[in-house]
Amino acid sequence: MTGEMPGPAPDERMRPAGRRNTQGIRIDPEAEVTHEPRQAVLSALVEHEPGVLAEVSGLFSRRQFNIESLTVGPTEDDDVARMTIVIEEPQPGIEQAKKQLQKLVPTISVTELAPETTRRELALIKVSGEKPDDVNAVAEMYGGQAVDVTADSVTVELTGSQQKIDAAVEAFDQFDVHEVVRTGTAALERGGHTLENDD
Amino acid sequence: MSERASVQQDDQAESEATEAQEPVTTGAQSVIRALENAGAEYVFGVQGGAIMPVYDALYDSDIGHVTMAHEQGASHAADAYGIVSGEPGVCFATSGPGATNLVTGLADANMDSDPVIALTGQVPTDFVGNDAFQETDTVGVTQPVTKHSYFADDADTVGDEVGEAWALANEGRQGPTLVDLPKDVTKGETDVEPSGPEKPDTYDVPEEADDENVQEAADALAAAEKPVMLAGGGVIKANASDALRDFAFEYEIPVITTMPGIGCFPEDHELSLEWAGMHGTGYANMAITNTDCMLAIGTRFDDRLTGGVDTFAPDADIIHVDIDPAEISKNVHADYPLIGDARDTLRQLYDAMPAAPDADGWRTQVQKWKAEYPMDYSTPDDEPLKPQYVVERFSDVTPDDTIVCTGVGQHQMWASQFWEYTEPRTWVSSHGLGTMGYGAPAAIGAKLAAPDQEVVCFDGDGSFLMTVQELSVAVRENLDITYVILNNEAVGMVRQWQDAFHEGRRMASEYPWIPAFDKLAEAFGARGFRLEDYDNVEETIQAAREYDGPSVIDAIIDPAENVYPMVPSGGDNGLFALSEQHLEQL
Ligand SMILES: Cc1ncc(C[n+]2csc(CCOP(=O)(O)OP(=O)(O)O)c2C)c(N)n1
Ligand SMILES: [Mg+2]
Repeated sequence: MTGEMPGPAPDERMRPAGRRNTQGIRIDPEAEVTHEPRQAVLSALVEHEPGVLAEVSGLFSRRQFNIESLTVGPTEDDDVARMTIVIEEPQPGIEQAKKQLQKLVPTISVTELAPETTRRELALIKVSGEKPDDVNAVAEMYGGQAVDVTADSVTVELTGSQQKIDAAVEAFDQFDVHEVVRTGTAALERGGHTLENDD
Repeated sequence: MSERASVQQDDQAESEATEAQEPVTTGAQSVIRALENAGAEYVFGVQGGAIMPVYDALYDSDIGHVTMAHEQGASHAADAYGIVSGEPGVCFATSGPGATNLVTGLADANMDSDPVIALTGQVPTDFVGNDAFQETDTVGVTQPVTKHSYFADDADTVGDEVGEAWALANEGRQGPTLVDLPKDVTKGETDVEPSGPEKPDTYDVPEEADDENVQEAADALAAAEKPVMLAGGGVIKANASDALRDFAFEYEIPVITTMPGIGCFPEDHELSLEWAGMHGTGYANMAITNTDCMLAIGTRFDDRLTGGVDTFAPDADIIHVDIDPAEISKNVHADYPLIGDARDTLRQLYDAMPAAPDADGWRTQVQKWKAEYPMDYSTPDDEPLKPQYVVERFSDVTPDDTIVCTGVGQHQMWASQFWEYTEPRTWVSSHGLGTMGYGAPAAIGAKLAAPDQEVVCFDGDGSFLMTVQELSVAVRENLDITYVILNNEAVGMVRQWQDAFHEGRRMASEYPWIPAFDKLAEAFGARGFRLEDYDNVEETIQAAREYDGPSVIDAIIDPAENVYPMVPSGGDNGLFALSEQHLEQL
């Protein structure tokens, strides 16, 4: 009547037995694999030119990759910058993020760094200056040091893994934290291997 | 240069064509020289302050220019030119509103991997960032919808940058690129001659797939009992239609296409199941759902194709051939990923097949589905003209290489379902972005890319109204295009969804008044026809085709007509509805 077509109804048709999960992976009835999110550290060498940071951050936001931190800075080569991007995604998402990042024209190379990679983050924590000695003691515990002391505040500098900084920030909580700034993770692989001799 | 180019500068350019090329003296000249070196034939564009130096350099060039009515039209015309010719289509726009008007066309080209290069004027470098007159952050606005957007900052290098943007648009997975051209850069002095188009060093284009992976895939396909090939737009982009046909004929594997893949396999062949997905044929959707091994080539498994991924080909091993590694396992997991050029990889697979799959039973089943789910429609006397009939009659009388362009909506689906496609690059439509208004300018780009082929544009009344001004361009350039408006006085696809999923609450989907498109056509200087009765279909089509120049058939069709088969969004392809009643059961 109004564009209807002949043919058997949906419930009269041949049906397949299988199913896929939401990631488009066929579900094996024997061993169902679901991918839980995990943390991955991606290190990318990119051309050091205007607009690259916007291009990379735009890619991650529009494809809804869950970014924990993104740092960027110059390298030994003036024309090249290195980005360290920490994401939390299931395995297929990590693979996608790497491939999409690699596709950007200014991207030279992308590598996921091994879990035992050297990772460091810098934090500056400004707390109340009421108990400078106690602040110093906690700073020392975390291998940090006071870098600015005034009558009403002490600013402590710390470096370490993200977990260590998390713990330190928590420990400083007792002194009435005024401000915290963290750089996000920078990372390099252990040993002689470099991104440039990657391929 | 094509004969048909009724472009102002032609005569003058021809008289100079025998002379040696003048050396470049400005950035703008080097931009145009780069386009010449790349082989550009036409530019689609609109003038304006910031792009004027580039147009000034075009004055001396053999490259034809088509002044479009709107920059959106320029971007779609360039896109269609790219689809039909296989080479990047070029569009120009000025800064600010000119550039933002291109965005829809760039996003469209990006979704469908169509090769387009856009050159936009920009305010002088010193003014950038000051909110100068007609300043827009064009690179910022377009970066997410292009392969890459360049900001030119030096007259000495701008030509090579344009060459690079051309190569990037053209190579690997095709797509749109843009170069933003500040006026001081294009006016700036330079004597640097640009070299030919060269892709950026950081952009790798895979060629052949890994041999071992190819062998494993071929073994899996040969062992299949219910094999299908799924051919996407990438097959056409890679000029792999012949390789696809050879493969399918040799190993007797049924072929399903995606919508962008329409034309890569002849729909009149018994192995063809036409296309699958939301409004695909019943038999294609049955086969794609029940297959045990799918050789998918040059497709990105768009959701309009797959429906819900949980029920997409759930029993199938998937061999995925794609030139873009990021498409592998993006939406549907690939059991056998093959990264490479579609044509080369199909040839590798052809050679690697140990035997044809033993699939007699499956082929019989597929033919049974073809008989069970015919693409039939009825034409009752007491109901208005049916659009399917108009499309079919038109298809019957035109040559195989006739190019069909469309807008977006029901008419697009009827044009894809009821026209019989047998050649690649004859189906020119907006798939991934679904851009209403694509058709009218696309037909212009298609006609200029293939002046010897017939061009028909099936448009919707709603879609046509979005870019109808481009008719003035078709008239000015005397392009022999037939526009068929499948006029249901509604944004019919929306009306259909409202009836199916919103209890028939027809909010903002019906036009209480709509212009007479035949008269509108005449006002533009085109030929107008009005078509209401079955009796007049053939003669009206004939008259419109015979008219030398653009003509518009205002076909008044049944506003109640719906598009079937239909897989509701996110649904199970195998449970496609053939009627409203089926939809209710789902
Ligand atoms: C630019 C744009 N705006 C809105 C839509 C949403 N939309 C999809 S189909 C459609 C109806 C199109 O109407 P018409 O061109 O008359 O085609 P019909 O469905 O009636 O054949 C609409 C509004 C769209 N696809 N594109
Ligand atoms: Mg309509």
